[in-house]
Amino acid sequence: MTTTATPAQPKTEVPLLNVQVDGEWRQFPKGTRLIEACIKSGQYVPHYCYHPKLSSPGNCRMCLVQLGMPKLGADRKPELGEDGRPILNWSPRPAISCATEISEGMGVRTSGPLVEECRNGVMEFLLINHPLDCPICDQAGECRLQEFSVEYGKGESRFLEEKVKKPKRVDIGERIVLDDERCIMCSRCIRFMQEVAHDDVLGFVNRGSHTTLTVYPGKRLDNNYSLNTVDICPVGALTSKDFRFRMRVWFLKETKSIDVNCGTGSNILISSREGIVHRITPRENDFVNSCWMPDSHRLNFHYLHDEDRLKTPLVKSAPATWTDAISTAAAQLKSHEPARIAMIASARMTNEELFLARRLATALGIEQFDVLPRPQEGDGFLISNDGNPNTTGAKLLGLHCGGRLSAIAAGVASGAIRGLLVLGEDATQCGIAEGDLANLETLVVVDILPNKTTPHATVLLPASGFAEKRGSMINLAGRIQRLNRAISAPGLARDDWEILRDLIVAVGGPNGVYSIEEVFRAMAAETPALTGLSMAGIGDLGVELALDGAPRRAEI
Amino acid sequence: MAFVVQRPKLNLAEKLYLPAVLGGLLLTIRHFFKGAAGRNVTMQYPEVKWDDHLPEWYRGAPTLVADEWGRERCVSCQLCEFICPPRAITITPEEIPNSDPWAKVEKRPKEFEIDMIRCIYCGLCEEVCPEQAIYLRKDYSITGYTRAEMKHDKAKLYELGGVKAGVVNKWNEKK
Repeated sequence: MTTTATPAQPKTEVPLLNVQVDGEWRQFPKGTRLIEACIKSGQYVPHYCYHPKLSSPGNCRMCLVQLGMPKLGADRKPELGEDGRPILNWSPRPAISCATEISEGMGVRTSGPLVEECRNGVMEFLLINHPLDCPICDQAGECRLQEFSVEYGKGESRFLEEKVKKPKRVDIGERIVLDDERCIMCSRCIRFMQEVAHDDVLGFVNRGSHTTLTVYPGKRLDNNYSLNTVDICPVGALTSKDFRFRMRVWFLKETKSIDVNCGTGSNILISSREGIVHRITPRENDFVNSCWMPDSHRLNFHYLHDEDRLKTPLVKSAPATWTDAISTAAAQLKSHEPARIAMIASARMTNEELFLARRLATALGIEQFDVLPRPQEGDGFLISNDGNPNTTGAKLLGLHCGGRLSAIAAGVASGAIRGLLVLGEDATQCGIAEGDLANLETLVVVDILPNKTTPHATVLLPASGFAEKRGSMINLAGRIQRLNRAISAPGLARDDWEILRDLIVAVGGPNGVYSIEEVFRAMAAETPALTGLSMAGIGDLGVELALDGAPRRAEI
Repeated sequence: MAFVVQRPKLNLAEKLYLPAVLGGLLLTIRHFFKGAAGRNVTMQYPEVKWDDHLPEWYRGAPTLVADEWGRERCVSCQLCEFICPPRAITITPEEIPNSDPWAKVEKRPKEFEIDMIRCIYCGLCEEVCPEQAIYLRKDYSITGYTRAEMKHDKAKLYELGGVKAGVVNKWNEKK
């Protein structure tokens, strides 16, 4: 189980071909693009237009290499050298490695005088009309043009003519700004919109050095996957309005985590600096989301820095210390008979939190325990039909998903239920009237933002958002994945699992967990599907669970 | 590799040590009479200031400058913030609105703070600036009663910096 796992090869046998890369013979499956063969051999080939998940148009010319084909004898068979390998005829002119498919006996040189001269030449052409925008360009610091011009550029321009002027700061979509002068015509964005988003709105107009990227007349780049074009743009031509001029990328700390906006669990990178999240970008995981994620999900993080974030524990709306708040909450919950308390958890909580919530329910003897289902209309791609990120985890831990909510609501309305514990949900969304909440004797709420339930809370405990805590979630496909902490929670807010652990101890339940790893260990010991797993064992790409009882599928 | 230190061979006068002491006393006495004759070499700071004596390359307080057309040179690229060894610089960037005459520059600092308690006058900010926007001027007497006073904000930095003509002309009308 390594972090570099790739999806299992399809069952049909793909023949392996022999290719010589920089003097060494290696084998690659038929259909591999030459640039991929080079990269897999550890020889990096600079490129702009090639993207592993898109087709190869071969229009940036950066990936030029020297190609050799087997020398054929009179019988049209390759002549073999002393080592039993074909003798190669090296082509005197270069070939692009991205749009060349490998063939048997092919040879490639990724360095040498010809290749280096070609790269320097291509780099010089690409920079001819490029503006000196680096100080104001958001891409600076993660720009391929900057990187390769350091390696292959000249450092000064021989170009005496006037640069071609093109439109700048063009508003082409709700979330995207286009700068045509910076564009190097790699067409990655066009191909992404054609091949992945299936919303063909981008294209080139005009010819030669006047070629301009633009949107189809009357249309806009408003697709919910449009921000992926910003990610794959190798230069600063497409920039995100949300991230525009917010922070230079070299200040950002990247934390590997997962998207918590739906059941897909797309892998993400949280970029933060000094406790502030500045952007979220997709992280490659071919088991889940490839290299993409929807805009609506990646932009849904600003609430973490909302001014209204709950920062202090409140007892009857008055600030309290954590010790007082926990003991008050425990005393209030214990003052009722178990049958008169209900608990609403959330399938937005991590497995560890749900596990401790279940322990708390057991310690209090609560029977009426449920989570709020969040059915929604998916888009058939990366937005699933479930708005909860951890429904599978909740089910695995034996929680009812929505079956008991109406009974709880009726109990609260009739007065049969006198105490309610709400974890990360708005009780009014679970069918409980706001007026009934006010009548409850005990309402303990654990949440991060105020909602219609929080004003009525007898004890309000501030918790952590998704970028502020660690934990694991199981997506709809049954893959367990990790959340990681990028920033710390605001004010006095604490980790959800610590709050739940303290509540369990305060009501007289068992202790024994002091770290999230220990929570996971305790959970894995009680849950057959998680046997043998650990927090560290989940890795960056997650582990597929066998939820039907069969042994867990071994990962590559 | 070990090596032997060659000790100088001392003569008798040097070994006695007293002649050197007397020589030192003589020098002091000479300076005493020079001072008495009114040829004083001490500068009466702060009544007399250093200002006229500062060399061209003197590194005083870092400041922001405007160009000869009144445009604020800084485009808030944050390279100085990155390079600053004591992390004295904090920049908040913002987008220049389309209605602004310099809208084509697109980006400027909304706030630019240099904490003069932290600043070590190293001049790396000036060296790294791709827009020739930050210069160490000759202000050396940076004082204040509170920590807040010692933070130079954008207005203060431009007030200290003034105008400086330079060679960065990529934002002129030809652009």
